[in-house]
Amino acid sequence: MITVIETGNVGSVVRAFEALGVQCTVTRDPTVVQNAERLVLPGVGIFGDLMEQIAPLKEALIEFITAGRPFLGICVGLQVLFEESDESPGVAGLCICKGNVRKFTKGKVPQIGWNTLTTKDVHLDNKSYVYFVNSYYVEPKEDITVATTDYNGEFVSAIRKDNVFAVQFHPEKSGGVGLRILERWLEC
Amino acid sequence: MLAKRIIPCMDIKNGRVVKGVQFENLRDAGDPVSLAKEYNRQGADEVSFLDIMASVESRDTVLELVKTVSKELFIPFAVGGGIRTVDDARAILQAGAEKVSIGSAAVINSSLIDEAVQQFGAQAIVLSIDAKKNPTMDSGYELYINGGREATGLDALDFAKKTAAGELLLNAIDADGTKTGYDIAGTKLFSEALTIPVIASGGAGSPEDILAVLTEGKADAALAASIFHYGKYTIADVKAYLRKNDVEVRQ
Repeated sequence: MITVIETGNVGSVVRAFEALGVQCTVTRDPTVVQNAERLVLPGVGIFGDLMEQIAPLKEALIEFITAGRPFLGICVGLQVLFEESDESPGVAGLCICKGNVRKFTKGKVPQIGWNTLTTKDVHLDNKSYVYFVNSYYVEPKEDITVATTDYNGEFVSAIRKDNVFAVQFHPEKSGGVGLRILERWLEC
Repeated sequence: MLAKRIIPCMDIKNGRVVKGVQFENLRDAGDPVSLAKEYNRQGADEVSFLDIMASVESRDTVLELVKTVSKELFIPFAVGGGIRTVDDARAILQAGAEKVSIGSAAVINSSLIDEAVQQFGAQAIVLSIDAKKNPTMDSGYELYINGGREATGLDALDFAKKTAAGELLLNAIDADGTKTGYDIAGTKLFSEALTIPVIASGGAGSPEDILAVLTEGKADAALAASIFHYGKYTIADVKAYLRKNDVEVRQ
């Protein structure tokens, strides 16, 4: 059983897990979040908006992560793990990872489309294409990067810190490659 | 490096694909779900559905289609046609589409895109414009609405520059349906002037046309309909041709 935090449009994440034969509970209930077996924080939209949406869950989320159970963050769900973002100055993130979130300064913004991963991570395939939609990227200040991607320069496209795995791209929209990433996460 | 995208577009009327599609392995050529899956198998980077009826009656059919596609296809897809309000956009996004494209309604109601972007984020909203050559305009392109039938008197590039949408679908209506190639100069003009990605549309007849619009035309993505529908070229054929010409595409 997977618990997915309800943040805007979670439908595609839920459908991807369902296609893998796993049921999801979609919730904003702190007790459910805290007691989840596996937790997913999807996120589209704006850093500050997502922090506002999950504000009532902040303690439950941190307790879940501290307990060491598997956590998956997607897109803005990765970014809010950090301390703060250029997108929403003055809004504190969850501060689970050290570092900040920066805006792309070169090329078209947002980055929309398929780009490749450079990685040695067991859950990801090196050189595989995954689907990105982002104007911002994370800049970790600790050694947690497990994949990078080139968009007019390298940026961090996946991190892993103990039981926390989080990706900038959308595995739920990355075809067979994306479904395999979710499947491997389910097995860990 | 970010790959250039190839996006097959299907015209939908009452839940069926309008232009007959001839793939041997498809039993029902008019079924958008089967066709979308076939395009996915061929390597489409996204799929686009255009509801050409776009009436109130057809809305439920489209929503059903979106729900079915989103359960079977795990790549992005966009839906356009008849999105006039934020509620219309919400219904389609909640049903599972990644993006909605908004055309005429964005001109008629100038705050529609701003409101939709505020609610769903820029990544979910595509501004779709019909641009026709007109030398009296500053950019040389006039903005048209209602399927390219009605001139607005507005400069198309000027309009596109002001949008809050995350992407632009540029339909060059002089070239549309001609299969003689995209409007390369026009696409280049828009793509260089805008900071958001540009999807070129209108005129694709061959892999060479697609190569030209992605390289000389500087488009971020190429949308095409009939070139793929009639089975003359598969998406895999086009991608192989692009790769051979050093264009980064998803394998």
